[in-house]
Formats: sequence, C-alpha cells, structure tokens
Amino acid sequence: MFTLQSGPVDTVNARQQLIHPGCGGYCSFEGWVRDHHEGRSVDKLIYEAYAPLALREGQTVIDEAVQRFEIEAARCVHRTGELAVGELAVWVGVAAAHRDAAFAASRYIIDEIKTRVPIWKNEFYTDGTSAWVNCAACAATADDNQSRRAV
Amino acid sequence: MQIEIEYFALLREEAGCASETIELQQPTPAAVYACLNERHAFSLPAARLRVAVNDRFTEWNTQLDDGDRVVFIPPVAGG
Repeated sequence: MFTLQSGPVDTVNARQQLIHPGCGGYCSFEGWVRDHHEGRSVDKLIYEAYAPLALREGQTVIDEAVQRFEIEAARCVHRTGELAVGELAVWVGVAAAHRDAAFAASRYIIDEIKTRVPIWKNEFYTDGTSAWVNCAACAATADDNQSRRAV
Repeated sequence: MQIEIEYFALLREEAGCASETIELQQPTPAAVYACLNERHAFSLPAARLRVAVNDRFTEWNTQLDDGDRVVFIPPVAGG
C-alpha cells in the first residue's frame, strides 16, 4: 500500500501492519530531511504531490515489488507539505519469509519512488533562497542548449 | 475544444496559477504545451517533462477530447 500523509508518520504502527506469521524478515528504509544539498545549507523542505497520479504510480511500484521479489507485503508512506531538517520524509517497509528478498524489495521500492512518482521537493536554503530539486538543473541544461544553438 | 491544465511545482510558479483553461483545435499535449509556453515562457522544455491526461501518464501526441485535464510533470524529486 502506498499513501501520502501531511503529518508525521507513525512508524511503529506502519511496521505493525506488516507483521505476518509466515515472515522471518522485515526491512525498513527511512528517508530523512538532510541539512545540506550539493554544498548548500538546507533550512527546510516543502514536498508537493500530484496526489491522484502519485497514489496510483506509488501503488504500481508496490505491486511490482510484490511480483518481482519473494515478499509477503510492502508499504510506503510519503510526506507532503513542510518538513524541518531531521524529519522523516519517506518510509518503506517490507516483510518476507527470508531477508534477501526484504532487502532487495525495499531498495527497489525507494529507487522507483524517487524516479517515477510525481512528488516534488522545494528546498529552502539558510541564505533565504529556494529551488525545486532536479528542475533547476534541467532548466539550466535547456538554457545551455539554447545558447549553443544560438551560436 | 476546451482543455483544462493543472500545474504543479516549478510550472505552477512559472505560470503564476494552479490551473487554467485553453481553447485549441485538434489538441494534443504537445500542442497544448507549445501554446502555453508562448504565454508563460517556461524554463523547462517539453523533452524534460512527462504528461498525464485525466490522472494517467500518456503520450505527447495523444488526441485530446473536450474537457480533458492535462498535467505536465516536471522532473520528480520524491524520497
């Protein structure tokens, strides 16, 4: 199950949802808000989601993990809104009969969530500026291309 | 045909609004973005975006229907 949540994630409860008598291994991943990004000092983040499609694509990722790996169940919760440094931004939990599949599936889920699910991160820096992560670099590349074409 | 556009993240800021409606003949997502790009001068070229119609990922050359809701998706950054 993939969900979006505007408030703090209760990881104890989230883990509880995965407990199953056939499972001998459980693996979780937590993504936290870091105080720096590419050499810049980060003050806070705001996550914005295109909710209907984010929920659908997130669920597709979970379903793929269940099909690809020998796991019993998987869940992911992603935060939206404003987060301070140190807060949990994303939680992934996987339960499986054996640990190898639990490790592999949790890695698969977080990697796919980061590249496919329509959620954006607006980073606010301690110098008072802000930037949409991954968008600024793309826009800069586009400008370079246009300059090269102009030349 | 009337096409509704919903904006997120960088495109919402650059458009200066969360949604708008445009009128186009035989619209495709590619034609809609080209038209809106003239209006808003977005910093992201279409090649850097994905597109969704009525909450599903779709292709840039899909023929749109009257009332379709289009979302252009800038590079994502969850996690």
